[in-house]
Amino acid sequence: MSKPPTQPPEINTVVAAVLAERAHLPGALLPVLHGVQDALGYIPPETVPEIARALNLSRAEVHGVITYYHHFREKPAGRNVLQVCRAESCRATGAESLLAQARARLGCDGAQHLSADGGHSVEPVYCLGLCASSPAVVLNGQLHARMTPQRLNALLDKTSSA
Amino acid sequence: MNAIKVFVSGDSAAVAVGADEVVAAIVAHCAARGLAVELVRNSSRGMFWLEPLVEVATAVGRIGYGPVAADDVPAMVDSGLLQGDGHPRCVGLVEELPYLKRQQRLTFSRMGITEPLSLSDYESHGGWTGLGAALTMQSDSIWQQVLDSGLRGRGGAAFPAGIKWRTVAQAQSEQKYVVCNADEGDSGTYADRMVLEGDPYLLIEGMTIAALAAGATQGFVYIRSEYPLAFKVFGEAIRIARKAGFIGPDILGSGKPFELEARLGAGSYVCGEETAMLESLEGKRGIVRAKPPLPALAGLFGKPTVINNVLTFAAVPLILQRGADFYKNHGVGRSTGTLAFQLAGNIKQGGLVELAFGVTLRELVFDFGGGTASGRPVKAIQVGGPLGSYLPESQWDVPLDYEAYATIGAVLGHGGIVAHDETADLAGLARYAMEFCALESCGKCTPCRIGSTRGVEVIDRIVMNRDRLPQVALLRDLCDTMVNGSLCAMGSMTPLPVLSALNHFPEDFGLLPEA
Ligand SMILES: Cc1cc2nc3c(=O)[nH]c(=O)nc-3n(C[C@H](O)[C@H](O)[C@H](O)COP(=O)(O)O)c2cc1C
Ligand code: SF4
Ligand code: FES
Repeated sequence: MSKPPTQPPEINTVVAAVLAERAHLPGALLPVLHGVQDALGYIPPETVPEIARALNLSRAEVHGVITYYHHFREKPAGRNVLQVCRAESCRATGAESLLAQARARLGCDGAQHLSADGGHSVEPVYCLGLCASSPAVVLNGQLHARMTPQRLNALLDKTSSA
Repeated sequence: MNAIKVFVSGDSAAVAVGADEVVAAIVAHCAARGLAVELVRNSSRGMFWLEPLVEVATAVGRIGYGPVAADDVPAMVDSGLLQGDGHPRCVGLVEELPYLKRQQRLTFSRMGITEPLSLSDYESHGGWTGLGAALTMQSDSIWQQVLDSGLRGRGGAAFPAGIKWRTVAQAQSEQKYVVCNADEGDSGTYADRMVLEGDPYLLIEGMTIAALAAGATQGFVYIRSEYPLAFKVFGEAIRIARKAGFIGPDILGSGKPFELEARLGAGSYVCGEETAMLESLEGKRGIVRAKPPLPALAGLFGKPTVINNVLTFAAVPLILQRGADFYKNHGVGRSTGTLAFQLAGNIKQGGLVELAFGVTLRELVFDFGGGTASGRPVKAIQVGGPLGSYLPESQWDVPLDYEAYATIGAVLGHGGIVAHDETADLAGLARYAMEFCALESCGKCTPCRIGSTRGVEVIDRIVMNRDRLPQVALLRDLCDTMVNGSLCAMGSMTPLPVLSALNHFPEDFGLLPEA
């Protein structure tokens, strides 16, 4: 029986597979970058030359696109990713204090999204489409609305002990 | 005994308040009791304050319970949930709730009723009849119907959809595109998301009709990356609809092709601007293009392109099905049809309210919304997203239609309505509007890129009372420059929330009301 994979996926293999699947699409760059980030959690800088070559773009163009869009990461995130919505509807219901609470607890701030121990990233987002039930956060891809300081602490208790 | 049908929404906003846990509890508890249930994950009614809403099919209609927590489930089942019997969470017959009953659900008629990916549900609730009608028509009668209906774009700019379609139809090109703007970046809005997740075939039908009218063979739907569930459900809907022959190489045996593909954005508000969206679809940075050329003539990959918002396309099947007049008979003046008002922010009963144009904010926020969630008085209401004005109480009785709002310097945008209670600091919100503009500016125009950062600093100085009055004059000047020197509404409309906050709530900036 083969061992379950414990190593992170091999970067070159991932990029080759994503390119094989998506490079032919018209305007393929965003779909390719999504594919790489979905598989690896970020877009390693060393993948840029290969992506550029396959799509017939310059490295500067690929790099420019990665840095233009807030969604794309050039570095791995923390093991847990907390996104707190900062847009108006959530502001009207206490989002800013939730963000401050999370940052204070995990020791990060507006400039430094990664907590000191690398366990959490705390990032702002601008609307999750849950505005009828503000405030809203996403923790590791799970949506949570009608968030309260107590519930946020309870959620972070779980990820902090895991 | 037949299994009892129980409905719990799978909409993101239901899941975000625990719908999956409620489903698990219902399944487990009914299994333990030997009760047969058939659980359906339907779309959401849009009454989000009641989510998770559990509905039970009974002889008299669907009885609802909400908001339900997983812990409530055992007691609810024991007290007769499956018979639709009383429990403190019971809200009675869902369709009799005034919040729903007083709406005019045209576009959202299936919402909360059908299973999103079920083709048979869609068909048995009137689906595909608009497309069927369109397939019997010449392309120019299709866009003529849409033109006659008075339908205007629901993404914000309110441009007549029929004119756009006609322009693309009359353009000469071997390749044309239909692009749906599902970037829905405005805070306070979620109606596009509800359609993508909850009634995806409606959008597919509307876009296919647009393709027939314009002579396009390829469509794209640009969905924001903050909506992963919508992207997944909609992608699945495309596959199912194609397999069933509603789209693909031969639309319902008509010999006409239409291929559709969903694309994911990447967290950029300005990519909701249509030309920035085209750049993004082409794989580039989302920088706004100068117009002309109009996208209708030179759009995606330089080809004639119909671009509309989700709700614009979603309004079309009914127009083809019932005729332009039917649609036009709703609304006021040149604002025809219904708008999906989306109640959000500090609101007790947040949710989707589809009504003809002409309703007032007071009716929406108080009669439907029930006032604030905090129980404190409402102070300001922002209408139309982050580029919309803050309205003080004196403006809450103005009818919501495009022209009436224009006369008070406000916009309807995509229909988002965000209530703020008396604890709101309008200077802080004005500062945030500038901050957001600085963060999201595509960088092409200096007034937008640099002016927004200056705006943050100037507002800070006003609030800290450093040279307050000259700084207020400076802020007005700066806004003037942004209005006049910006290529798109990101820069030219950020002054709307900023100046409306300043003009209507001067005391929050440390000014006397008359200053
Ligand atoms: C900064 C900015 C953001 C926009 N965001 C959106 C959006 O998220 N969704 C949308 O449909 N339109 C958005 N628009 C409007 C589009 O540019 C365009 O008018 C619309 O997609 C056309 O479709 P419609 O005529 O059906 O409204 C935005 C415009 C600007 C300037
Ligand atoms: S106004 Fe702002 S977002 Fe719009 S084109 Fe100019 S710089 Fe870009
Ligand atoms: S503003 Fe936070 S979810 Fe929309």
